[in-house]
Amino acid sequence: MAAHLKKRVYEEFSKVVQLPQEEAPAKKLRLTKPSKSAALHIDLCKASNPTDALQYLLHFARSSVEAESVEGVVRILLEHYYKEQDNSVRLKIASLIGLLSKTQNFNPESILDDTLNTFNTEKSHQVLAQLLDTLLVIGTQLPESLIVRHRLIEVAYKHLSDTYFGVRNKCLQLLGCLGNVDTPLNKDGQGLVPAVIGDAQSLISDYFADQDPRVRTAAIKAMLQLHERGLKIQQTIYDQACQLLCDDYEQVRSAAVQMVWVLSQLYPESIVPIPSSNEQVRLVDDSFGKISHMVSDGSWVVRVQAAKTLGNMLQVSPHFLEQTLDKKLMSDLRRKRTAHERAKELYASGEFSSGRKWADDAPKEKVDTSAVNLIASGACGAFVHGLEDEMYEVRIAAVDALSALAQSSASFAEKCLDFLVDMFNDEIEEVRLQSIHVLRQISTNITLREDQLDTVLAVLEDSSRDIREALHELLCFTNVSTKECIQLALLELLKNLTKYPTDRNSVWKCLKFLGCRHPTLVLPLVPELLSTHPYFHTPEPDMDDPAYIAVLVLVFNAAQSCPTMTALFSDHTFRHYTYLRDSLSHLVPPLRPWYIDHIPQTPESAQLFLQQSLSRISTIHNLQDPGAQDLLNFTIRDLQRLGELQTELAGAADFSATYLRCQLLLTKALQEKLWTMAVPLCLKHNAMATAAAKQMLEETYKLEFLYSGLENRQVATIHHVRLQAKALQLVLTARTRRGVEPLISVCEKFLQEVESFQRLFVVELPHLQESFVGKLLDLSPKLSACKPGELVKILQTTLRQSGFLNLQLPKQVQRASATIIEPTGESDNPLRFTSGLVVALDIDATLEHVQDPHNTVKVQVLYPDGQYHVIQPKPGDFRSPGPHRHRLITQVYLSHSAWTEACQIEVRLLLAYSSSRLCKAVWSDSSTEGLQPAEGATEGTIPFGKPVKVFIMPKPARR
Amino acid sequence: MPEIKVTPLGAGQDVGRSCILVSIGGKNIMLDCGMHMGFNDDRRFPDFSYITQQGRLTEFLDCVIISHFHLDHCGALPYMSEMVGYDGPIYMTHPTKAICPILLEDFRKITVDKKGETNFFTSQMIKDCMKKVVPLNLHQTVQVDDELEIKAYYAGHVLGAAMVQIKVGSESVVYTGDYNMTPDRHLGAAWIDKCRPDILISESTYATTIRDSKRCRERDFLKKVHETVERGGKVLIPVFALGRAQELCILLETFWERMNMKAPIYFSTGLTEKANHYYKLFITWTNQKIRKTFVQRNMFEFKHIKAFDRSYADNPGPMVVFATPGMLHAGQSLQIFKKWAGNEKNMIIMPGYCVQGTIGHKILNGQKKLEMENRQTLEVKLQVEYMSFSAHADAKGIMQLIRMAEPRNMLLVHGEAKKMEFLKDKIEQEFTINCFMPANGETTTVITNPSVPVDISLNLLKREMALGGPLPDPKKPRTMHGTLIMKDNSLRLVTPEQALKELGLNEHQLRFTCRVQYRKTEFTIFIVFSSSYLVKAWAVLKGYTIQHLPDGTVMVESIVIKVSSSAEEPNTKVLLLSWSYQDEDLGSFLSTLLKKGLPSGLSSM
Repeated sequence: MAAHLKKRVYEEFSKVVQLPQEEAPAKKLRLTKPSKSAALHIDLCKASNPTDALQYLLHFARSSVEAESVEGVVRILLEHYYKEQDNSVRLKIASLIGLLSKTQNFNPESILDDTLNTFNTEKSHQVLAQLLDTLLVIGTQLPESLIVRHRLIEVAYKHLSDTYFGVRNKCLQLLGCLGNVDTPLNKDGQGLVPAVIGDAQSLISDYFADQDPRVRTAAIKAMLQLHERGLKIQQTIYDQACQLLCDDYEQVRSAAVQMVWVLSQLYPESIVPIPSSNEQVRLVDDSFGKISHMVSDGSWVVRVQAAKTLGNMLQVSPHFLEQTLDKKLMSDLRRKRTAHERAKELYASGEFSSGRKWADDAPKEKVDTSAVNLIASGACGAFVHGLEDEMYEVRIAAVDALSALAQSSASFAEKCLDFLVDMFNDEIEEVRLQSIHVLRQISTNITLREDQLDTVLAVLEDSSRDIREALHELLCFTNVSTKECIQLALLELLKNLTKYPTDRNSVWKCLKFLGCRHPTLVLPLVPELLSTHPYFHTPEPDMDDPAYIAVLVLVFNAAQSCPTMTALFSDHTFRHYTYLRDSLSHLVPPLRPWYIDHIPQTPESAQLFLQQSLSRISTIHNLQDPGAQDLLNFTIRDLQRLGELQTELAGAADFSATYLRCQLLLTKALQEKLWTMAVPLCLKHNAMATAAAKQMLEETYKLEFLYSGLENRQVATIHHVRLQAKALQLVLTARTRRGVEPLISVCEKFLQEVESFQRLFVVELPHLQESFVGKLLDLSPKLSACKPGELVKILQTTLRQSGFLNLQLPKQVQRASATIIEPTGESDNPLRFTSGLVVALDIDATLEHVQDPHNTVKVQVLYPDGQYHVIQPKPGDFRSPGPHRHRLITQVYLSHSAWTEACQIEVRLLLAYSSSRLCKAVWSDSSTEGLQPAEGATEGTIPFGKPVKVFIMPKPARR
Repeated sequence: MPEIKVTPLGAGQDVGRSCILVSIGGKNIMLDCGMHMGFNDDRRFPDFSYITQQGRLTEFLDCVIISHFHLDHCGALPYMSEMVGYDGPIYMTHPTKAICPILLEDFRKITVDKKGETNFFTSQMIKDCMKKVVPLNLHQTVQVDDELEIKAYYAGHVLGAAMVQIKVGSESVVYTGDYNMTPDRHLGAAWIDKCRPDILISESTYATTIRDSKRCRERDFLKKVHETVERGGKVLIPVFALGRAQELCILLETFWERMNMKAPIYFSTGLTEKANHYYKLFITWTNQKIRKTFVQRNMFEFKHIKAFDRSYADNPGPMVVFATPGMLHAGQSLQIFKKWAGNEKNMIIMPGYCVQGTIGHKILNGQKKLEMENRQTLEVKLQVEYMSFSAHADAKGIMQLIRMAEPRNMLLVHGEAKKMEFLKDKIEQEFTINCFMPANGETTTVITNPSVPVDISLNLLKREMALGGPLPDPKKPRTMHGTLIMKDNSLRLVTPEQALKELGLNEHQLRFTCRVQYRKTEFTIFIVFSSSYLVKAWAVLKGYTIQHLPDGTVMVESIVIKVSSSAEEPNTKVLLLSWSYQDEDLGSFLSTLLKKGLPSGLSSM
């Protein structure tokens, strides 16, 4: 909200267009100050009529003026200004002055006096308004100078009573932007400001009742601007603001809604009286009621504003909140508090028909009409209206507001459920999707009843994949109340599965969570679900049936925390369990009592195992120790397996394994006996070491950018490995190449990198004492001085002597992963198209734990001839179905010259990185092997996720 | 006093046969000209003899305005214009103009060809009548003549439905026709600006209803249809050819699309195709969604909905059929109903209001055995559901419209008396405005207080501006001196000098004089008064210029105060006061002041 306000204010400022520098021809830039202004002067003198002068000015506005000559130019302009009779020319001059005062490095204070002088003679209102605008520009350029500000405010104050609305508008804007925020200035005895000017607030609030709606709007906006700048707005204007809510003009109402909201946030707890009764309510409740009222305003702009604002009023009392969902008639809400009973009775008597049953509005007993208000004043039914508004902008705003309010109040969440569920039926898909997402967000607060679940599940048949998946996501987080609900959900999900077989994975996952969450509800259903019979053996179901797997996933996940369930399984169920546990390990949890695995089962024990493995490694002090390699090998294997079995720890396990592999590579590369041999004798070893160094480098980039949740400590460790790899490369280069020349630059670069490492990780250095870098830094003064040859020697020894740097695991490491769901790569039908034209290939992939995928994820297409393209998907192609999850649904365009027969192309996803971590949009086609660090920031891509092969067949065009 | 008269010829405390006469500012306007579904005799049409016993209506009516194409709002139009006789302009919106003749022709066919009535309007008459129609655009102000202007607002309800503002001078009336305040699948919500009419004539079909949110209704409807179809049952939805039918079609069409359903949906009657054509054309009159997406696909080009053939009714398997007419009193819907009524798997959904006496009304009231013609009885086994899809504003919507328009008086028509009564009480209590509900033929008179525009001369205005502050304060009235000239049907406010000049009159000065006698002791007060010392301190006269003339007179502004002593009574002094008419306020103030002495509060100052 606040940001929104701010943004708008800036937008208003930016009416004055900053001239693009490059447009000015080079010749003009070289002009010196007197000639520049002289040229303008001559031009203006030459102008015989206003139209010409205007043309010259317009032309002049296109060129840029350097800071030194601005003052001169302004003088010339002003000189002409006084001579000019025509309003439009004067107006242009005024706007030019404003434009010029924005020139960089120019202090507009020097032209302030001159500009102010123009006010004495100016008669035209339009020009006055423009001059005030210029002052506003000058004022914002000099925010520090109090004196300037006071002078400007004085001018604004003087012209506030102008008859032209534009002048008043600008004055108010000036007051809003420059008005005193800290009032006690007068008391300090500075005496700079007359007392009236000091209190911008009351001054502005006088214009709330101006006759011109534009001025009223400007006054409210100025007040909001003051609020933005830190002034505490007084509560006294609350009544005025509320009156403005009934203004005839929509922009006034819209601004007033914001004003009322600001006040409600400033004074939520103060008490305001209710007119026409002697009761009182909290201000926030009162304003909530008033803003709710605006949801049924005539103008949709106001409605959107009001609906959005409602979502930001979290302090409102619960019963007020709940009334927003009530469309039924009731007596005046506020009085309901005291006469609670009576109001309830009125509810129950239900004097109005709902229109759902015929003739339920047949005359009943006469009700006490004096007690019922038909327009519910206050909050009544605001959301009901908002949710069925004509404009989908309003509906979305209302859904968002509902979500915000429901997250802060559980009871409200319960109540708004029905309405959100109704929104699943909206005509606009965006709204449907949004309401499903919202329901997911608040689902921790609610339990779905059977009838509600029924409506929710009806949407499973929707033909839009987005909707279905969002719904699956929702079901994952939903609590239901009865076993019938579970049965219903399962039934509908199976129906969904048969109707849309592509939803397989999503449905299974949904059932997994459903089972996990409701073990006790699943238990009574088990015999039925597995169709077991107490006496008879039933036929064994087909193991490949997705529906059967779905049922099993539900049952097994429930059985995980319900030990008695396993007793109900028949033999083949156990067999199927072992099969599924292996093939779909991410969906089927381990079941303890009868299936004992050697690997720790619970996350805690797995965590323990991970820690133990790592600590075992830490016993290695030097990598050259005997047995160290074996230990590393074993540990890597263990960790990999652990990662497969325990999805929660997959990130951490993979991370450590990769790290250890790097160490292993390094160790192998540094094996002692080989280094002693002469170079020509062991070409093979050299090649191996070079490859190792390269692989290590690649791995470090993966470590750094593929995993999220890393702390600075780990990043330092990774960089450390990278340094080691680079050192190794350097040593190898030195060994293979003769001559010092090429070495010098490489050495320098390496030293730079060591330096930057030191700079980046000052905090971490103490932990790295014993390591490679630690030792290197000890020698650093010597290093920079020594020759390349010596450096290489030092590196070589340090590399071999340095100790093993232990890996500290952060709490949560997640590995970014990507799965391409579509194309599946199973199709044997080639995609045919005419060569030279393009064909669109639909790609559907899920990304997990990818930060900022809009900038980092690319699609690579690799043709059989080695050609490849990298495609950057549009930001709109990414959707976010859940936390840390993204969905990429995009189309890539393929094209190629003709082939003789169908061939496979490879499609894979790439994760682009940039070591500056700024995620630049710059994208060089250096691609996969471009892992070599470029100048300064390293950029490159890491392939992640399995590539998918697609048959394509470009045919030659027929003539 | 100027007044507005409203007389309903139909729709007064009744639903159907809308026809309301309004006389405003000397103009007579007929709003709607509908027929009654429930009658087949003379009561079918409004009683035009109320306007004139014989002869044509042209000279009595300035214009006729038709709000929308439903027959209860336009059914009597050809009768009125061609058979009774009216040649003036008839106003209706473009879609109404397009669809209205189709419906009239259909209506004519049923009455003349099927029921064999004579003395009914002919096709030619419909054509002639439509020639008199002047189309209206939304928010377009149309001058009927020099004084009378009309303006149409969007009303929702059906395609082309409009609310009309009728304005003569500063008096105005808004007639809502039928309207809907909640948007639906194909139409937006009614909207009006704060036009503050003298009378708002509103329909009140659902005066006592507050409908559930439309989402619930839609969901219920779709669920019922879906369940029945899944069970293999048939769903019959009796509708009128236009309006709700399209709404429900869109609803089902999108649902079928979304849910990938296969069961066929049929639409009976050939009317619909013609009508759907117009729906496709008048996209600007529909709601946001349709307006925005019609470039990709026009929502009225249905994929799943096909034309119905009589033989399909006997097809096995599930289906959904929309059939006319909506109240199940005749035609195809009744035929299909007879065929399907016996099977409890089937369902009939009544989406709207049914007039008493129709079969629709009977089955809704739970009758299980229906007597058909030929003394047959029909057992009703199928499920009967009622879904209020009527696009009328409910009580809350009516209140909302009142809040939007802020009328000075309210007049309810097109509703049942009992329900109106209730709403009337509510309106009067909530808005503290008068609310009327005249019966047919009963005239409601509302006295208006129109503002009379007066031209003011610029000189006078500027002079007055110079005296006071720079801006007129809209909250405070200000007095000004001037002369009002009423000449040639125009009113002007000019300076007195100018008025004198124009009228060729001489200016006369009017002065008041007054004597105040003092005894000597009292006179000291005046001495004190006249001494400049106290005058300065005297706050009352602050701001007035006070001059002391050499002969001892004192001038306060233009008021002359002179002291003279009479020879006879030396103990008394006489004070002469004289002031001009313009300074009456100050003069009388001074004279009372001199007579009574200083107010005690002031004398201490």
